[in-house]
Amino acid sequence: MSTVAEKRGFLAVLWDYLTTVDHKKIAILYLVSGGFFFLVGGIEAMLIRIQLAVPDNDFVSAGLYNELLTMHGTTMIFLAAMPLLFAFMNAVVPLQIGARDVAFPFLNSLGFWLFFFGGIFLNLSWFLGGAPDAGWTSYASLSIASDGHGIDFYVLGLQISGAGTLIAGINFLVTIINMRAPGMTYMRMPLFTWSTFVASALILFAFPPLTVGLFLMLFERMFGANFFNVAMGGNTIIWEHLFWIFGHPEVYILILPAFGIFSDIISTFSKKRLFGYAAMVFATVLIGFLGFMVWAHHMFTTGLGPTANAIFAVATMAIAVPTGVKIFNWLLTMWGGSIRFTTPMLYAVAFIPSFVAGGVTGVMLASAPADYQYHDSYFVVAHFHYVIIGGVVLGLLAGTHFYWPKMFGTMLNETLGKITFWLFLIGFHGTFFIQHFLGLMGMPRRIWKYLPNQGLDLFNMISTIGAFFMAVAVIVLIANVIITQVKNVRVGNDPWGDGRTLEWAISSPPPYYNFKQLPLVRGLDPLWIEKMEGRTEMTPAEPLGDIHMPNNSFIPFVMSLGLFIAAFGAMYQVDWRASDGAEYVWSIPVLIIGMLITIGSMAVRSMKDDHGYHIHKEDLMDDHDKGGRE
Amino acid sequence: MDMNKKYTARTWPESPEKTTLEGKNKFLGFWLFLGGETVLFASLFATYLALKDKVPSNDHYLAADMFELPLVFIMTMLLLTSSLTSVYAMYHMKNHNYQKMQTWLLITVLLGLGFLCFEIYEFNHYVHEFHHTFTSSAFGSAFYTLVGFHGAHVVVGLGWFTLLLVRNAKRGLNLYNAPKFFVASLYWHFIDVVWVFIFTVVYLMGMVG
Repeated sequence: MSTVAEKRGFLAVLWDYLTTVDHKKIAILYLVSGGFFFLVGGIEAMLIRIQLAVPDNDFVSAGLYNELLTMHGTTMIFLAAMPLLFAFMNAVVPLQIGARDVAFPFLNSLGFWLFFFGGIFLNLSWFLGGAPDAGWTSYASLSIASDGHGIDFYVLGLQISGAGTLIAGINFLVTIINMRAPGMTYMRMPLFTWSTFVASALILFAFPPLTVGLFLMLFERMFGANFFNVAMGGNTIIWEHLFWIFGHPEVYILILPAFGIFSDIISTFSKKRLFGYAAMVFATVLIGFLGFMVWAHHMFTTGLGPTANAIFAVATMAIAVPTGVKIFNWLLTMWGGSIRFTTPMLYAVAFIPSFVAGGVTGVMLASAPADYQYHDSYFVVAHFHYVIIGGVVLGLLAGTHFYWPKMFGTMLNETLGKITFWLFLIGFHGTFFIQHFLGLMGMPRRIWKYLPNQGLDLFNMISTIGAFFMAVAVIVLIANVIITQVKNVRVGNDPWGDGRTLEWAISSPPPYYNFKQLPLVRGLDPLWIEKMEGRTEMTPAEPLGDIHMPNNSFIPFVMSLGLFIAAFGAMYQVDWRASDGAEYVWSIPVLIIGMLITIGSMAVRSMKDDHGYHIHKEDLMDDHDKGGRE
Repeated sequence: MDMNKKYTARTWPESPEKTTLEGKNKFLGFWLFLGGETVLFASLFATYLALKDKVPSNDHYLAADMFELPLVFIMTMLLLTSSLTSVYAMYHMKNHNYQKMQTWLLITVLLGLGFLCFEIYEFNHYVHEFHHTFTSSAFGSAFYTLVGFHGAHVVVGLGWFTLLLVRNAKRGLNLYNAPKFFVASLYWHFIDVVWVFIFTVVYLMGMVG
């Protein structure tokens, strides 16, 4: 298989990736495009910090600053953090549960392309008249007053990519429920699989409110509806509720998979079974459940009244309990363990105090009366960057180093990895620790400049210097990736040597059909159990037989492209209807053509039978990789 | 497993929609999707309740002035009956009686089409008699969005059934298309349940002010 791949031309490889339904290739697509958007969001962050480095700066204009901060938040949450997590979920979860692929390979591909086209659409706003500028929360009173098409790009782009996310969530739920290998009971699933499961359930129930919120905004801005227009009887608080009913679970959608990655890393490099496995699972589920009960803590100053504020304050503080359970379990997993400080482990160890700091400020903010003081200040900015970077981004960087060999068959350089780690950690704390104090001193968030000699100058400069450390760290990481891939030193099944779970029982990268024979799982950390009994590989649970595989398909790409085209039509028909816009007569036809492309390809998909194909037993036996026993 | 294997009523499995792994995945995935759809409609209901009768000035008609229960009662009966006929269709699907399944699905589609015609008449009536439009007030926007979303689901459901009937017109039941019919009928039931809530929350509660 690999020798064939090396000889193929660029176009053949491109076509392969455009049509692939293989979860391992889709993982790479997610990693590359998520990484690209991470860089875009990072550049936006650097521009923000450069503007704020010195008082009264004129580096960017006020309007451009608004666009930068909006796009930084939106890009990082929707187009960087989530896709990068999906990359690891796709690469690892089917292997961890011993599955041949996800439950819906076709939908897996569709989910990726919807996300991709949504992200591209959103970012095209930079070149087509201006980006959204009402913050990533896009509160209705601000966003319906925003001129130009910035907010329209936000609404349509997120609508398209959100559909992709919902599809991915359902796919992982069904995969984990239906596709586990023999013996892989729920309480034997690795923590990363568990957290993917809970995060997918959160996606399923959290994204529809966002979909509705975006539809209301879309109808309001593009079709003359009046949901948020107070003069017509509307109410802007509806947007706030819908957004945060989605928005708060969203932060758990991000952090839970990161928790899962860290749990697997800590247990692997402590050479110990995860301490309190059952409590960890229970805490994950409980956090997921409580995550839906606390959205109004983002709205304490909206004026919902003391009763509502009190209930949501108490519910918010309650989340600290299961989170604390997890923190202590990680510490006790390391306690007495034989710890190896590899790069992923360094990230995991640094994550614990960083995330606790973010959690502590979280409980401070949860106190509704105190929140009136912190609200909309840099204290809040410091808090959510501590949980998002200290939790999610450290988790993503740890996962990149940890799972790189499984995804690409090569090891990232450990020395460069540790340089990245230290630069990033120092830069992260340098940037954001000091912002707590900026906030307490009264610096409001989302301002584009501040006056000199108000005690804000020095701390802002320190914060900007910290940001440059993080930027250098990312550049070192990219260099590491390039060097590693050019050297192309191949590694075996279990390059870290201490792998405990099923993904390390298979070659790196795995063959396209994953397990030749489904493995028999005999307990938690199945590979470790086999190792302890002197075996190097899993015992098969079935005789060698034909493997059923799905066909590649170009339809997901076309379906997503149709929506991408239709979105332009929906957006510019506003100009056409605004009487002076005769040049936009094409808008309605484009809307219709785009929708016809999408609906047409859906019809083709349902009319044409797709039974997949079989890899025959005899062909499997010719392969030289391990596990091909009768 | 050969997907195109021919079955008879005797060899046909008890739960053909869940016999293959693909069918099982489809069955579970679709139930989960309906869970998400429930939250979607819950959000729309919440929006509607927040904006019900919220109009810019006194000369706008409110819910109690416009809604007429006889019309909505007919629509409800059409949709509820169509749900029942789709149950009959699935009964015959499980008994491997393909022709009866087709017949009952066709009746389902016709009843759904009838519902849709009444809905179009209803909207047209509100627009022309009461100047209650999508853009005339927050109430109008919320009403047409909630009921319109349901209507759009009916359109999708009808298109889905039609496509399935056309595609499988001549090839009978097998384990490849049985889950497809089953899942489409699940969707149709969901639409019906949503309508029960719309009937209660929008129309009945609208009549009592």
